[in-house]
Amino acid sequence: MKLTVNGTEHDVDVEDDMPLLWVLRDELNIKGVKYGCGVAQCGACTVHIDGEAVRSCQTAAADVWGEVTTIEGLGTPDAMHAVQSAWVEHQVAQCGYCQSGQIMQAAALLATNPAPTDADIDDAMNGNLCRCGTYPRIRAAVKTAATKLQEV
Amino acid sequence: MSRIGKIARRSFLVGSAAVVGGVAFGYYAYKRPVANPLLAGLAEGEAALTPYVKIDSTGITLITPRADSGQGAYHVQAALIAEELDVELDQVHVDPGMPDPAYYNTALSAEAAPFRSTDDGLVADTTRGIMDAMMKFMGLQITGGSTTVPDSFEKLRLAGAVARETLKAAAAQETGANVADLTTAKGAVILPGGGTLAYTELAATAATLDPVNNVTLRDPSTWRLVGKEMERIDILAKSTGTQRYGIDFEVEGMVHASVRTSPRRGAMNSYDATTARDMRGVIDVVELSDGVAVIADNTWRAMQAVNSIDIDWAPAAYPAEQAEHWQALSDSFNADQQDSRFRDDGDVDAALEGAEVIEAEYRAPYLAHAPLEPISALVQVSDDRADVWTGTQIPRFVQSNVAKLTGLDTDQVFVHVLVMGGSFGHRLEDRVVREATQIAMQIKGTPVKLTYSREEDTLQNDTRQIAMARGRGAVKDGRVEAYDLGIAMPSVIASQMGRQGMPTPGPDLQIVAGAWEQPMQIPNYRVTGYRAPELAPISSWRAVGASTNGFFHDVFLDELIHAAGADPMEERLRLCWHDASRKTLEAAAEMSGWGTDLGPNKGRGVAFCMSFGVPTAEVVEVSNVDGAIKIEKVWVAAEVGRVIDPINFENMVQGGINWALGHAMNSEITYSDGMADQRNYYDFEGMRLAQSPEIFVRGLENGDTVRGMGEPMVPPAAAALSNAIFAATGQRVREMPMAKHIDFV
Repeated sequence: MKLTVNGTEHDVDVEDDMPLLWVLRDELNIKGVKYGCGVAQCGACTVHIDGEAVRSCQTAAADVWGEVTTIEGLGTPDAMHAVQSAWVEHQVAQCGYCQSGQIMQAAALLATNPAPTDADIDDAMNGNLCRCGTYPRIRAAVKTAATKLQEV
Repeated sequence: MSRIGKIARRSFLVGSAAVVGGVAFGYYAYKRPVANPLLAGLAEGEAALTPYVKIDSTGITLITPRADSGQGAYHVQAALIAEELDVELDQVHVDPGMPDPAYYNTALSAEAAPFRSTDDGLVADTTRGIMDAMMKFMGLQITGGSTTVPDSFEKLRLAGAVARETLKAAAAQETGANVADLTTAKGAVILPGGGTLAYTELAATAATLDPVNNVTLRDPSTWRLVGKEMERIDILAKSTGTQRYGIDFEVEGMVHASVRTSPRRGAMNSYDATTARDMRGVIDVVELSDGVAVIADNTWRAMQAVNSIDIDWAPAAYPAEQAEHWQALSDSFNADQQDSRFRDDGDVDAALEGAEVIEAEYRAPYLAHAPLEPISALVQVSDDRADVWTGTQIPRFVQSNVAKLTGLDTDQVFVHVLVMGGSFGHRLEDRVVREATQIAMQIKGTPVKLTYSREEDTLQNDTRQIAMARGRGAVKDGRVEAYDLGIAMPSVIASQMGRQGMPTPGPDLQIVAGAWEQPMQIPNYRVTGYRAPELAPISSWRAVGASTNGFFHDVFLDELIHAAGADPMEERLRLCWHDASRKTLEAAAEMSGWGTDLGPNKGRGVAFCMSFGVPTAEVVEVSNVDGAIKIEKVWVAAEVGRVIDPINFENMVQGGINWALGHAMNSEITYSDGMADQRNYYDFEGMRLAQSPEIFVRGLENGDTVRGMGEPMVPPAAAALSNAIFAATGQRVREMPMAKHIDFV
């Protein structure tokens, strides 16, 4: 089947029910997307499909309905997305394993809600688990990113 | 003889710290220099000036042997070396190095000695020194016990200084300048005329010199990095999805594996893998000593196939049902099972005789570590070497265990420590490596990456200990007069070290850690540890014994203070004799506005615990929203001697508070039919963002000793929460998870 990831089209030979997560990680060697729970409980595998945040561990390869963007496609160390640079500015990460998913979730939130309230942030980000507990910095970074995006 | 050959025969002091310690405590026999492990693999033109600094013509590598499970350990270690070496953090590579006795952990041994952190006496210091020498003998390269900063603080700065002075000596030899006229900055020696010689250019000459070991550490007032806000060395990678973790690591020709071993932690009776063998991508199904693994061409295919296998598991060696575990603890409060009574001040029995005795019982459950990255290990075994790539806190145990399994010598086993997506103590165990090695031995020459499913990670978790405490106390004239606390738990250390085949004679300090050594002068004060029988496998979980005992000790104290009618802050301050500890309470009171009116349906609780030598006071503020508790704010004040990086410090402490409170509210592991009932984050979630409070942190720097803060924020947190709930509602919560007894928003 054909998949477009970060602007590049790939032809992959996988089972229809292989989760997008594993197509990305093991077939396309895109490792920024993380496996944490496999059952949409932690958010580490969050990617965008046509801009919408989805849990790639619960999205079957055959069901992918649009263009996939992973953290690598959002921005790069040399050209970061505003959410990523806010994450650097606030030094959010501890172990960092959840942060790809956090950043993808936050980017999708800000794309539809440019000025989220505290309650909006709590609602949108509550499905993304951070076992290191960096939540105070995640909240602050989302707000900084919102400001940065509005300035653009 | 080549220059390298000449150097290789020479040993290096691991910085002068060993000299300082040795002289002070007089155990000269153990003071022998440790061989520098970097010398073995050096190429022509490379210099390894100390075991922590390697320089060649292309770059500078700092060796950071304490594992980074996410709390910035690599960053902190690099900053300590860079401070004295005069390099910028963006000029260096950081490498955890190979396991080696040179990297033994000095500070961990201090925690193993039965002396209070507040005890500065000669006997206490000498005993800590002897424990230190034993640790060096055993070469235990372990990351744990909040020891990375204490262990590294002097050692790594000395390593940087020795390397810097040796490079200056090399520059003097090359240019004929006087060493006294040379300075250093940004990875280069600056010559009297203003010209510079990069360290990389000096490596070849430096390699021919004796290291300059006679160095003096710089005065803290001149520090460029330590104590200042820094950008963590890994923050860019971790914000752009470019950080590679153990689970991401790949080597050429690698295959994937997934495993199932007994959820009852015992034997496998039989299995039927007929379906699995025919599934797409499956390469082989292999039997392990206590389970079965599937080797496949993709992680998901391996997991799918292993889950299709029908397996009959033997019964567990421990009680099958949770109620039996609690009963075993309840039955342990007797003289025969008494493990320790290091605290016995005054005469508790006499003080309680005839007094109105206040009694309470407390419980703390098993808890999983559940770091977000499921554990994994990549192993390749051939006839003459084995390579292991994994995130581990115990590389020397891993090396030794792989050697035993494969029949290779330990120096034929190469352990490459990878970045970890969290640990919290989980990676002090190495069963994933042992299983991956068993699989790799059956497919020799092919690298195999074993990745646990989240469910397997939960079922095979060696959890936090289960623990129970019973308090009896009395008050008199508005003061706490008698305090008697008994704590029962199985021995964490015996369970954990038992899996490494190491005996652990004597009492287990962890049974009473966070309780017996508290700096409180209660007239009649006793803390007794009772050793429960070994139950389900347990291991070190962030703060270890103190994670449960800090809750027990302080909540019971709070109950007595309320019974006495005293103010919780004032009475703790009155009881506390240790100046540095009092200052943490005073700071927490000031930060939280203790004593000001909160209005209705709100409450504040304070708790104090000294653990890992760090006095930590915390205040929690809660509100009662229509019968459900919301944690609003938390204030933390901790005495650490020196904060290395204020930003990382604050983030780590805030995270630790969320860790402690999330589990205290929401989480437990329980057993039915010999298996953990929980499988994944839907039934073991800890803290999520919406419940996370505002958290204010202050690191105090009044003490002489530098301490690590990876764990000490945990023990007081649940106690402060319980005490706050009592203040807001009048309901005393004595068991975790607290959600069993009270609703949370």
